[in-house]
Amino acid sequence: MKKTALVLLSLVFALSTVATGFAADTIKLGVAGPHSGDLAPYGIPAMKAAQLVVKKINAEGGVLGKQVELLIQDDECKPEKATNTATKLVTDGADVVLGHICSGATKAALGIYKDAKIPVMSPSATNPPLTQSGEYPNFFRTIASDDMQAMLAVDFAINTLGLKKIAVLHDKGDYGKGFAEFAKQFVEASGKAEVVLFEGITPGAINYDSIVGKIRRDGAEALIFGGYHPEASKLVQSMKRKRLDVAFISDDGVKDDSFLKVAGEAAEGAYMTGPKDLSSIPLNAAATAAFKAEYGADPGAFFQEGYSAALALLNAIEKAGSTDYDAVNNALRTEYVETPVGKIKFDAKGDAEGVGFSVYTVKDGAFVELK
Amino acid sequence: MLRDFKQSLLISAWFVFLTFPLMAVRVNTTDQVVTWRLMNMVWVAIGSFVLSYAWRFMLERKKVRKKTAEEGADTRSKLQIKLEDMSFRYKAMGGLLIVALVYPLVVNTYQTNIMISALIYVVLGLGLNITVGLAGLLDLGFVAFFGVGAYTFALLNHHFDLGFWMTLPLGGVFGCLLGVILGFPILRLRGDYLAIVTLGFGMIFKVVMENWDSLSFGPSGIANIDKPGLFGMDMNLAQSTTYIYYIMIALVVFTILITNRLKNSRIGRAWIALREDEIACVAMGIDMARTKLSAYALGAFWAGMVGVLFASKTTFINPASFTFMESAIILSIVVLGGMGSILGVILGAFILILMPEYLRDLSEYRMLAFGAAMALMMIFRPQGLVSGLRQKYEYKGTKDQVNNG
Amino acid sequence: MEYFLELFFGGLTRGSIYALIALGYTMVYGIIQLINFAHGEIYMIGAFVALIVAGICTIYGMTGISVLILAGVIAVIYACAYGFTLEKIAYRPLRGAPRLSPLISAIGMSIFLQNYVLLVQTPDFLPFPSLIPDFAFMEPVAYIIGSPELVILVTTFVTMILLTLLIKKTRVGKAMRATQQDMNMARLVGVNVDRIISLTFIIGSALAAIGGVLVASYIGQVNFYIGFLAGVKAFTAAVLGGIGSIAGAVLGGLVLGWAESFAAGYISSDYEDVFTFGLLVLILILRPSGILGKTRKQKV
Repeated sequence: MKKTALVLLSLVFALSTVATGFAADTIKLGVAGPHSGDLAPYGIPAMKAAQLVVKKINAEGGVLGKQVELLIQDDECKPEKATNTATKLVTDGADVVLGHICSGATKAALGIYKDAKIPVMSPSATNPPLTQSGEYPNFFRTIASDDMQAMLAVDFAINTLGLKKIAVLHDKGDYGKGFAEFAKQFVEASGKAEVVLFEGITPGAINYDSIVGKIRRDGAEALIFGGYHPEASKLVQSMKRKRLDVAFISDDGVKDDSFLKVAGEAAEGAYMTGPKDLSSIPLNAAATAAFKAEYGADPGAFFQEGYSAALALLNAIEKAGSTDYDAVNNALRTEYVETPVGKIKFDAKGDAEGVGFSVYTVKDGAFVELK
Repeated sequence: MLRDFKQSLLISAWFVFLTFPLMAVRVNTTDQVVTWRLMNMVWVAIGSFVLSYAWRFMLERKKVRKKTAEEGADTRSKLQIKLEDMSFRYKAMGGLLIVALVYPLVVNTYQTNIMISALIYVVLGLGLNITVGLAGLLDLGFVAFFGVGAYTFALLNHHFDLGFWMTLPLGGVFGCLLGVILGFPILRLRGDYLAIVTLGFGMIFKVVMENWDSLSFGPSGIANIDKPGLFGMDMNLAQSTTYIYYIMIALVVFTILITNRLKNSRIGRAWIALREDEIACVAMGIDMARTKLSAYALGAFWAGMVGVLFASKTTFINPASFTFMESAIILSIVVLGGMGSILGVILGAFILILMPEYLRDLSEYRMLAFGAAMALMMIFRPQGLVSGLRQKYEYKGTKDQVNNG
Repeated sequence: MEYFLELFFGGLTRGSIYALIALGYTMVYGIIQLINFAHGEIYMIGAFVALIVAGICTIYGMTGISVLILAGVIAVIYACAYGFTLEKIAYRPLRGAPRLSPLISAIGMSIFLQNYVLLVQTPDFLPFPSLIPDFAFMEPVAYIIGSPELVILVTTFVTMILLTLLIKKTRVGKAMRATQQDMNMARLVGVNVDRIISLTFIIGSALAAIGGVLVASYIGQVNFYIGFLAGVKAFTAAVLGGIGSIAGAVLGGLVLGWAESFAAGYISSDYEDVFTFGLLVLILILRPSGILGKTRKQKV
């Protein structure tokens, strides 16, 4: 009885070593993000981007003469799931990882990758401390961080629109509150304007009439809102209904077609920041065309960033000449790479140089970039 | 026969009517398109027709079983009878323990990791089992205690660099304290009032953690929480996962031992008595306030303790992990497994936590099945997968008396 | 003063919606002592059905308040059907079971219905066409109370009057009151109790659906999850006012709406939900059966 168990055990061990032995012949690109659940629309485009890049590179002969293999894992954007996902990717022997999508999940997973010495690149996690804290030398991203957005929004309100009294609201979420806090900080630092109101609103509440009344009472000229489109639509509708005419400035989470649909006329004239319109870059158009040819639809959120991240990671391995952690890390920081978000390399903290935001406004039911 | 058929036909037509707008139509007002999905209606018709037969059959069976029970026949399942045999139980437990100890050596890190998640829910379930299963106090905000434990460790670790082992009992104590604090004002409330107030407490916890920035760092959460240490050894991922797994196994065994003892203790019987009939119980001289508070506190204790482990396993926590859904899942573990039964809770946790991990492709149907299972379980098997065993004392005749006399 | 009025009417609008949904909770509880946890989902389904009807109508070029009424009527019919079915499937087989069983069954049904809508429709927010016109005579006071708020207030007021008449003046209402007071006695004097219970669910669902349609057209968006928060708040309102009491539900709804509105206006909306539940706990400590609730004597 005991002997059979022992034999079985050693067999299992033997098999697992054999399995890793085989696996060394490919470069393994892990992809993690929400691929199911309500946040799936934010994760699936990056996953498809990785598939397209890998398909293209493999057709051209792969990286360092080896084929690239994808390991795709779903984290549902939940921190506790993300650690499972990260463990799975590490166990399966991923060399580099593209992901995660949500900042919280990324934070939870990063420690695991750091211990396992795996470079990670997110197309979407915009939380500033991820790079700025310096705690994660293995983290990179192809999107600019939230404080850049907030800085741009505040700069726009104060210098372009010339407004002095600003109300800052948020949805009490990770993303929205982070944005709002930066906005508050930048307004106070500018010395040209003041924050007259700083509060969180409850997502899902029936109306925001009291808060809109408060904005009027405090005489704010602009409302900077950190959060997502469902609350933003309710806010602009409530403002329109209550005949309150102040500039509405928000973030990338609001720059979503759903905002246009749901808020309708009330959305007209609202401002929001979002990644620069990059459709003039040739690679960008090519990536979009490849997506359309494959799936027959428009790519969704973070597709270009995901595409860029996959390209940058694989390029770094090629340039480094191996999948060695230090070599790849170094290559990411020194070698420029052509991507759909421009020609980029990464700074010492892991942020992509030359990636940024611009301000958009809603005009005739569409987003228009303000130059 | 024909009556059944007619009835099923009628039910099927009713469900087609009922599901028609939501399942067959999808409107997109922006692109001005209405999508008709009439095929769905055919499936609904067939499905509800078949299910109505199953429904009737099950109800019949329930009735028959009830009747045999009333006639005094043995309604226990074979498994149940076997479980009541103590020697079999010890053997089974020993076997399980060996499997549990060997498990991380045989499988890979990922498998170990999800098993840790399942074990966390086992402890949570056992904790809630005290409050809901034994004492009959419905708690819809149990996740708050779990969160308190997690935040206790995260904050103490962040500010004072306290280690895992120091904080583990502290997490339990803080959970306990919160349990008592929350328990006090609601002592006088009965079942249904309790449900909404505890639900409210659960939500308050989340809102406070989101807004009290200076304490909890708000919604962005706390990162880089230490993993449990072992004499300052440096461990890689696989090793520390295995290590956490063994801590978790020890914690589960500890929880089972204690809750089992509690169940058969004086206070445990007081809880059960309170659940069965509050007024009669108080009339028998049981201190209602103390019994209720102890049920809250002892249930919360485990949640707080395992919260510490959760924080140190994920190394990152934020308020989004402590939603009502989490409370509902823990509650359904207890209900599905069988209220009051320890084995049932373990089974329930394994089914509800491991299944979605293995059936990742079907994960979107998971919550649907979850909800349906909760309702169906109450209707057809209200005692759960394994119904709670009650200590039995059999009268062995008068032989002893003869000997003594 | 203007600010006060603004908060007052904002709270009144919120509160009257809460009251509409709370009535369903309280009526069901009054008769079978069950917290119908899935009631919030009926509200959401009402809003969704209305969205589908209104969507089809607007696509075929119809618009205005008549579409809203049509959508409302169909939504009410469907909500009633769902409420009726819910009771038949999830609660009736549990009649006479321990008190916790139907409650857990109700939570299960709530999760089930949410995910059912999520799967067969969409997880996204869907836009609800704006069908309430801007009345010209409301323009001078629009910053305090607008046309949509007026429509909501008038509709809820009329609905509540009709409900009161139904309960106080009709034969069915009398039977409902009798069942509430003593189910066995009512059965003895010839009331078909099962039918009355079904009817209670149907009326409660209709009220929830009216609330759902009003809110959907008010805030212009619908999603599978809106029922949860609204349900929790309305249930809080019902408990606050004294569950089982119809006047209590209305009062509780209004008190809650105002409390939230004034707390957000004069203190801060950061801790809005904390105020809500804090108020609930406070009132329950002072009056364990709510503001207007009667303490039932327990017998062994």
